[in-house]
Amino acid sequence: MQALFLDTTGVHTLLTETLNLQPWLAVTIECLLVGVGLLLVYSVLALIYIYYERKICAAFQCRLGPNRVGPWGLLQSIADMFKMLIKEIIHLQHIDRFLFALAPYLVIIASMLAFAVLPWGDGLQIIDFNIGIFFLIAVSSIGVLGILLAGWSSNNKFTLIGSLRSGAQMVSYELSIGLTVLTMVCLAGSMSVSDICAEQSDLWFIFKGHVPALIAFVIYMIAGTAETNRGPFDLPEAESELTAGYHTEYSGIHFGFFYLAEYLNLFVVSGVASLLFLGGWQPLHFPGWDTFNGIMDYCPGTVWFLAKCFALSFVIIWFKWTYPRLRIDQLLSLEWKYLLPINLFNLVLMVIVIVYGLHF
Amino acid sequence: MISTAIFGIENSGTLAITAMLTGVALVFLALWVAKLISPRSYNLQKGEAYECGIPTRGESMAQFHIGYYLFAILFLMFDVETVFLFPWAVTMRTLGVDGLLCIAVFFGVLVLGLVYAWRKGALEWK
Repeated sequence: MQALFLDTTGVHTLLTETLNLQPWLAVTIECLLVGVGLLLVYSVLALIYIYYERKICAAFQCRLGPNRVGPWGLLQSIADMFKMLIKEIIHLQHIDRFLFALAPYLVIIASMLAFAVLPWGDGLQIIDFNIGIFFLIAVSSIGVLGILLAGWSSNNKFTLIGSLRSGAQMVSYELSIGLTVLTMVCLAGSMSVSDICAEQSDLWFIFKGHVPALIAFVIYMIAGTAETNRGPFDLPEAESELTAGYHTEYSGIHFGFFYLAEYLNLFVVSGVASLLFLGGWQPLHFPGWDTFNGIMDYCPGTVWFLAKCFALSFVIIWFKWTYPRLRIDQLLSLEWKYLLPINLFNLVLMVIVIVYGLHF
Repeated sequence: MISTAIFGIENSGTLAITAMLTGVALVFLALWVAKLISPRSYNLQKGEAYECGIPTRGESMAQFHIGYYLFAILFLMFDVETVFLFPWAVTMRTLGVDGLLCIAVFFGVLVLGLVYAWRKGALEWK
């Protein structure tokens, strides 16, 4: 289980004792290392996700998907990124320049901060606040600001409609995400990501929490799909109505940032779902089944985490090819008239389960 | 064992700022590289709004449906109330029955707010 554990204390002793650096210098170098590592994982994961989604979409539509660049088309997304880099960034005359340039920064920062909170394994976690999961919800809502700014500053009717729809949608479904997280925090008794993982070492929350955890999981998956502007909830960028929604006016790599953040947000949503319901990096354990637990422990935590994320992302992509797009009024009534009351009821149910000790 | 520190950095705030700066660096570097290697050609038509090919009519920052504003206000109300529920959720087991009763009143007010908004027709998209 410790196979993929990174021994970071070794680097620290090397810097402070062997090289005898000043503490502030050592911390700066370590921060740089963390940043570079984060950047690499972030971009590589986004590229893998783009390839993953395209292959799945192709399979759903009985196509082959990308298969020319590299073996099985594996290098397709790298080629795409390079293509985006060499495309011209068009200078528009009618935009609000400052806000237009600011929007991609906000979107990327939001997904980067949320990404850094996710637990990749035992101790393999960059930001570990005692309010970790709360911090995650807080920073991921910065993304809405980026999208609203992008749509507003573009000074284009399509982008304005797209960003307003996106704002209403993300803001509404954030409520559901907040309440499902709250339900699970009740069960865990802590908001720290590492504590939530540790709580699930004997049994995942989806089994531990009885019926309310199951309901919360279903609501979370629906709200998460809406939060990433995907699947049946893709009205902000409904291509048949709004060309490309809020990022219509962005060109080249400027558009690429929104693309990158969208895929990373898909990963973050699946990551949080696996953290709250499927034990984060914890292997599948059942109390009392010692042989079974032992076998499960052979697989490292990071592999478990990635496998859960990819499986949940598969479900979210599956939604997209199963349901037709909703209308804005249907979208809002689904959230406010169905998910929110069910969610509030579910919270009460969870409290009852905890008070009477009905959970496992 | 769960270690709470990456390298010797014990302060998670430092790491959060690092992650934020990494995001800024990603956008900045990629834009810089793109500006270095991408072609540039000036054309008046390219700088126009991407709509339907003919010049845009009227203001683009137009009036929009009041419903968006209404839902934003509703969200604000409920989100702040969820924020107040979080500290209780963490300390639920230690607060016991007293905490449960207090939060039940608070929760009742929240539900009443939803019922009121629903009855008033604020949740309808007209």
